[in-house]
Amino acid sequence: MKPRKLSLHIDVDAFIPATDQDKAYLVKMRSSSTFFKDGMKRLLKNKVALVSIIVILVVVLGCIFIPMFWPYKYDQMLGVTAGAAVDSSYANLAPFQYGATEKALIEQGTKVFPHIFGTDAAGRDYFIRVVYGTRISLGVGFFASLIVLVLGMLVGSIAGYCGGKVDMVLMRIVDVIYSLPDTLMIILLASVLKQTLGAAIEKTIFAKMGSNMLSLFIVFGALYWVSMARLIRGQILSLKEQEYVLSAQASGAKAGWIIRKHMLPNCISVIIISTALQIPSAIFTESYLSFLGLGVNAPMPSLGSLASDALNGISSYTYRLVIPALIISIIVLSLNLFGDGLRDAFDPKLNA
Amino acid sequence: MNPKTVSYILKRILMAIFTIWVVITVTFFIMHAVPGGPFLGEKAISESAQRALEAKYGLDKPLFEQYLTYLSDIVLHFDFGPSLKQRGREVIDIITDGMKTSVKLGLIAAVIALICGTVLGSVAAIRRNKTIDKVIMVITTAFVSMPSFIMGTLLLAFFAVKLHLFPANGSTASGMVLPVVTLSLYPMAYITRLTRSSMLDVLGQDYIRTAKAKGVSGWAIIFKHALKNSLIPVITYCGPMIAGIVTGSLVVEQIFAVPGIGRAFVNSITNRDYPLIMGTTIVLAILIVVMNLVSDIMYKVVDPRISFD
Repeated sequence: MKPRKLSLHIDVDAFIPATDQDKAYLVKMRSSSTFFKDGMKRLLKNKVALVSIIVILVVVLGCIFIPMFWPYKYDQMLGVTAGAAVDSSYANLAPFQYGATEKALIEQGTKVFPHIFGTDAAGRDYFIRVVYGTRISLGVGFFASLIVLVLGMLVGSIAGYCGGKVDMVLMRIVDVIYSLPDTLMIILLASVLKQTLGAAIEKTIFAKMGSNMLSLFIVFGALYWVSMARLIRGQILSLKEQEYVLSAQASGAKAGWIIRKHMLPNCISVIIISTALQIPSAIFTESYLSFLGLGVNAPMPSLGSLASDALNGISSYTYRLVIPALIISIIVLSLNLFGDGLRDAFDPKLNA
Repeated sequence: MNPKTVSYILKRILMAIFTIWVVITVTFFIMHAVPGGPFLGEKAISESAQRALEAKYGLDKPLFEQYLTYLSDIVLHFDFGPSLKQRGREVIDIITDGMKTSVKLGLIAAVIALICGTVLGSVAAIRRNKTIDKVIMVITTAFVSMPSFIMGTLLLAFFAVKLHLFPANGSTASGMVLPVVTLSLYPMAYITRLTRSSMLDVLGQDYIRTAKAKGVSGWAIIFKHALKNSLIPVITYCGPMIAGIVTGSLVVEQIFAVPGIGRAFVNSITNRDYPLIMGTTIVLAILIVVMNLVSDIMYKVVDPRISFD
């Protein structure tokens, strides 16, 4: 029977049971992949990124857990005991050497925990200071990036979403801050905050952190958010034109909702990647400031201040300089490589 | 020059002047937010002596009046007032003294970075995925991840302290070698990577294929056609490079004891010599802003394809 285009007759052929061959087309050969799964697969294939994340994890876990069981403290001067004269045999020990009282203990047969990297001029175990310094440098890098992320996201999404005059004003502010020479301004701010903050934060929870570290965060927050804000604004501007945003607006969604539910999830990969790449640059700046003596408060160590302290004894104790220097370089290098890997895996567009 | 270029340049210059004004203003008010003023922490002085000192340095006037005086002194005479800690010396004299050494150091470093960077980058691009390319990329990746003060201290530790090849003190001619190398390594590595990627980009263009098709020899293609266009991104990097060298010189001069402006700046921070801190910040900021301006304008003038927004 020849079917007529407009007839209501049912085409019987359409109801013939499917053959096995037809059914084979519908069998799922593999489970469907999500964006995240795809990205992870690409990331796992990237050997360089994989090695870097392992290095980062080892360093992070090491500087979290080692201080828990290490028998020495970072600010413990081994030669100093209450009520006794300072035992100078503990100062400037070479690696795996022991102080006078420790030698006596060893002769009695007691086991003494070795000073793997020796001790510094004040008789403090250098290994634990390096571990602590790494902890502080990583912590500063991480939290500074978090501050940058939050500020940049706030300003960027408001500017991008509101547009018009708000965007104009915010972006001009961003332009001005962006064109300031950042390192000079950071040094200036840090050197002033170092003088002023101490009194201001006394008896608050910030006092424990030390005025210098707080000023580091303020400085990062004040200057580094601008490029993040620019990036997020650009993303939001392009997403704003999408139809689903129009549809949400038409059904009466408020601005905050649209930003939270539609905009941010869609630019999340770009945000995460640039935050990951922000961490090494924050570590870089922190160690730079510590090197100039504007970093964390003594006796707290950071990798930069350790390197800076080691500069005085460079001819006799070169290893004390090389160790923190190497650790900073390894951390920054592996974070950068991992960030690049993340970018390649999750945002192939950016790499164009 | 077409009117669009001229209006772009004018706009860019105005923006740079505005930025410099912001730097001066921010620097002034930040430094005056320090409680107690610059004489705090010195040995105790009597009330009248304190007042006499303040009058001498104009600190007894209202803050805004001080600001206007400071601003007009800079604009009209390029005068930053006397130094607080180095008796009888003007800030501007200290800065020009330091600048003589620093500019020499920075310029040599910049030239070395530019030449070595473009050569290495081109070699890496031409020998893409060969051993030499991989070696260059690994080394430059390592250099890019190493802060300049780490590089400087390591060079000092090995070449000056262990091997005694160069003096550790950077004030003599042979002592300049290590600081120059330290300053130039990071920009060199960066320029190498920049040149490599832009050269690869250019080598894939149609006009290179055309040149090949009509039988131009390999070297002529590289020098006549590819190199010129692949250097355009390098021009944009010149501004940031100068900024990097300026900030790098702060620590490098400290490490090698070079008597330059960077060392003067760091010392002024430790001594709390406020006029000197302000003066150096402003001078260095002006240098960076102007270099950024020049490299931006060069970029637009050199490459006619770039649109003016």
